[in-house]
Amino acid sequence: MPQSAEHVLDHFDLFRGPEYQQMLANKKKMFENPRDPAEVERVREWAKTPEYREKNFAREALTVNPAKACQPLGAVFAAVGFEQTIPFVHGSQGCVAYYRSHLSRHFKEPSSCVSSSMTEDAAVFGGLNNMIDGLANTYNMYKPKMIAVSTTCMAEVIGDDLNAFIKTSKEKGSVPAEYDVPFAHTPAFVGSHVTGYDNALKGIIEHFWDGKAGTTAKLERTANDKINFIGGFDGYTVGNMREVKRIFGLMGIDYTILADNSEVFDTPTDGEFRMYDGGTTLEEAADAINAKATISMQEYCTEKTLPLIAAHGQEVAAFNHPIGVSATDKFLMTLSRITGKPIPEELARERGRLVDAVADSSAHIHGKKFAIYGDPDLCLGLAGFLLELGAEPTHVLATNGSKAWAAKVQELFDSSPFGQNCHVYPGKDLWHMRSLLFTEPVDFLIGNTYGKYLERDTGTPLIRIGFPIFDRHHHHRYPVWGYQGGLNVLVWILDRIFESIDATTNVPAKSDYSFDIIR
Amino acid sequence: MSVSPTLSVAEIKDRNKALIEEVLKVYPEKTAKRRAKHLNVHQEGKPDCGVKSNIKSIPGVMTIRGCAYAGSKGVVWGPIKDMIHISHGPVGCGQYSWAARRNYYIGTTGIDTFVTMQFTSDFQEKDIVFGGDKKLAKIMDEIQELFPLNNGITVQSECPIGLIGDDIEAVSKAKSKEYDGKTIVPVRCEGFRGVSQSLGHHIANDAIRDWVFDKIAPDAAPRFEPTPYDVAIIGDYNIGGDAWSSRILLEEMGLRVIAQWSGDGSLAELEATPKAKLNVLHCYRSMNYISRHMEEKYGIPWCEYNFFGPSKIAESLRKIASYFDDKIKEGAEQVIAKYQPLMDAVIAKYRPRLEGKTVMLFVGGLRPRHVIGAYEDLGMEVVGTGYEFGHNDDYQRTAQHYVKDGTLIYDDVTGYEFEKFVEKIQPDLVGSGIKEKYVFQKMGVPFRQMHSWDYSGPYHGYDGFAIFARDMDMAINSPVWKMTKAPWKTEELPLLQAAE
Ligand code: SF4
Ligand code: SF4
Repeated sequence: MPQSAEHVLDHFDLFRGPEYQQMLANKKKMFENPRDPAEVERVREWAKTPEYREKNFAREALTVNPAKACQPLGAVFAAVGFEQTIPFVHGSQGCVAYYRSHLSRHFKEPSSCVSSSMTEDAAVFGGLNNMIDGLANTYNMYKPKMIAVSTTCMAEVIGDDLNAFIKTSKEKGSVPAEYDVPFAHTPAFVGSHVTGYDNALKGIIEHFWDGKAGTTAKLERTANDKINFIGGFDGYTVGNMREVKRIFGLMGIDYTILADNSEVFDTPTDGEFRMYDGGTTLEEAADAINAKATISMQEYCTEKTLPLIAAHGQEVAAFNHPIGVSATDKFLMTLSRITGKPIPEELARERGRLVDAVADSSAHIHGKKFAIYGDPDLCLGLAGFLLELGAEPTHVLATNGSKAWAAKVQELFDSSPFGQNCHVYPGKDLWHMRSLLFTEPVDFLIGNTYGKYLERDTGTPLIRIGFPIFDRHHHHRYPVWGYQGGLNVLVWILDRIFESIDATTNVPAKSDYSFDIIR
Repeated sequence: MSVSPTLSVAEIKDRNKALIEEVLKVYPEKTAKRRAKHLNVHQEGKPDCGVKSNIKSIPGVMTIRGCAYAGSKGVVWGPIKDMIHISHGPVGCGQYSWAARRNYYIGTTGIDTFVTMQFTSDFQEKDIVFGGDKKLAKIMDEIQELFPLNNGITVQSECPIGLIGDDIEAVSKAKSKEYDGKTIVPVRCEGFRGVSQSLGHHIANDAIRDWVFDKIAPDAAPRFEPTPYDVAIIGDYNIGGDAWSSRILLEEMGLRVIAQWSGDGSLAELEATPKAKLNVLHCYRSMNYISRHMEEKYGIPWCEYNFFGPSKIAESLRKIASYFDDKIKEGAEQVIAKYQPLMDAVIAKYRPRLEGKTVMLFVGGLRPRHVIGAYEDLGMEVVGTGYEFGHNDDYQRTAQHYVKDGTLIYDDVTGYEFEKFVEKIQPDLVGSGIKEKYVFQKMGVPFRQMHSWDYSGPYHGYDGFAIFARDMDMAINSPVWKMTKAPWKTEELPLLQAAE
């Protein structure tokens, strides 16, 4: 009996004991009707070959291990960025349980969101009653300042009309007539979570700027000097928003963050549960129409939102999750150009420190090959940074990346000598990536938690950057934007490189000669 | 921290009743009426807990429940390791449930084993408009080509499938024929069916009946020689290895486990189960259906058991043994005796640290009652419990065998209710899911996830109990809970009082 009270064995030690190993071997042999081990080995090897890769890339219907989620997740993420706002997802309730779990597992934070809990009868008769009751309940129970509505597949397939439903609910007294209930249709069979973010944010902005679904007059724009800032769907929202606010503060820029969820995803443990915390106030959301310009850090999260804003007469500028020196330079210079405020010496010094760090360490990164996957903008940001470190982003893959995105990535490759042998893969999944890693190996892989399966299968060391990160804690509290953020990313990459060198040079009398104490 | 030990049962009942009245005030009238039926204070001697269950959740209240797809793909089918389970529909459902339940297994993932992979048809608008049957057929071909060692395929329907009128049964049949009678199982577990995960369990059970059992050739030679001691473990999902730390005990007492449903399970094991002499059923909620079916059709008796905590384990081992001869009965006694010293040591170590601590639970279909004995073995008391998707038969079992007089009962609890109950009762520990974890930890209340074992486990069996005890101690007695108040904020109080 291996278990002991003195030294309690966890699953990983417990099941390694001979009792369990014997038991599991018997189970397999006697009852599982296992495949011939030689056959398993043969297929395992075959799945590494160029031949398999060809078949794998010929897939037309099947998706295996995609790196994208569905629209409403992004809608929920955007909605909680507004003051005391609760996301209300119209449709079947299981989806909402999933969004909440997903966000909680990444941020290690509560995630509040309600569902209209549509069931079979609603599939037949429509979900109007669910909306009427649901809004009334949410309003009374959770006392939100705003309820932001989006939809699951179910409501979309049966064609529920949110605008009409919300109107009727208000007539039935679910919430006061003037109460803010912005909405967005977020069909999961179109786009991905970044599309849902875009739709939801656009819905909220439209609501405040364009007459609240025909119930009030549209706002007239009187331009002021403020800057609106949109982060996009971002696993690092907590750290990034704080960093951006600091930068705005240093530059003396008056700003409004649209959908600031950095507080609600980082509340303290002090005896109080804050269902709501921080967030863009509703007044700020409305007043944002008067801003001089709007900056989006993620072009592909704001493909509809930015044109809407531009149509109201503001200048808009979009970035691609800028990471590193030149991407941050561009971001700051754009801010400076738009606001007329100079970039302060303090930021110049931070820049200098990042360049200093790159100079100190780039020998360890230069020429290394990387595979990257993630959301489209993050891929661009990371690829750009790697190029300026002299590394090669050999494979860049986004399951939710479009052709236009791929062209943009190609343009980036073309701009650097280090991008010459790099390829972009729009719309592909992590099973494609597996073939790439076997047939065209790289030194490191950058991706989210699910990349650990690729690391295990192909032996490519994984650097966890992206969303979701479930199996490492607290990295979302660090920024990846700004020069400080670039420094964080540099350190994460370097740490993994050094760990990997140490791990392959640590066998005494065999591979110990490169086990250096100074690197 | 706990307030209940100082109260009498009558006082506790009054407090709990008042608490229910208080939380109901927040609702609009119609909702208050509906929710009132799900909340109660348990009265000793009653046949059930006095709450309504397994009915629709109310819109907008923040139910903790999931859907039928979660019950089928996530719970019943997903762990069957040598089959490929297609999340059929848009990408989301499969993505959020990808490897999220810790159904441990052994196998070469991606080659002959597929549990921690996400196969999806990733529906696009054109699939919704024109139907997805052709795509599904093609997916099966691609699976056959790229994953040739799979032993079967299931189609786990997401919401849109049932709404757009796809005929996944026809596709499955045709493809099964094309691939020499390969097991291909269409499952109609669209999320809008039923009121929770529960109907998904039922639908998944029925799918095994119709598409696995009914396809077995009656004259097929068994893959192994039967023995009089063959049993199947039903309703153990091997979370953190639970089924393994259970299996070992059954084998040690002389039984032979021929199948695991469904944690670390395989198609061959499902197919072999009609040969069992006894089905031992852990999660009654999710697999009573198939157990009843096997009883009716194959005459296999089934026996519920509980492998949480030494008291229930011993009781269960004896109950299981009672279906067999003296050899097995003696075997059970030997197993109990063998582990007694370990159990004594675990209890001696942890009980003094946990004695008198109170717990509030809210879990799925089994654990809201099954773990109570394990807490009691550690001297702890469960003062509130409820089911996410239990039925009345669960509440009957709870009332008759588990909870104490005055226990607060909450069915399909809402976020608001749970928070208020915990705030007022101030238990020493809350056991629930990921969505609840951080809410209560923010409030300074120790918490353990009781679906995923908070990434620990196993908790089943004797080996698991040691881990369970260690984890509960770790949660409750962690030094972190002493730090939740800033010292300058707590120190203010005595200063003020002194000044008065
Ligand atoms: S894909 Fe559709 S049914 Fe699935 S979680 Fe997303 S919205 Fe819900
Ligand atoms: S114990 Fe509950 S949560 Fe777990 S599988 Fe059974 S019904 Fe589901």
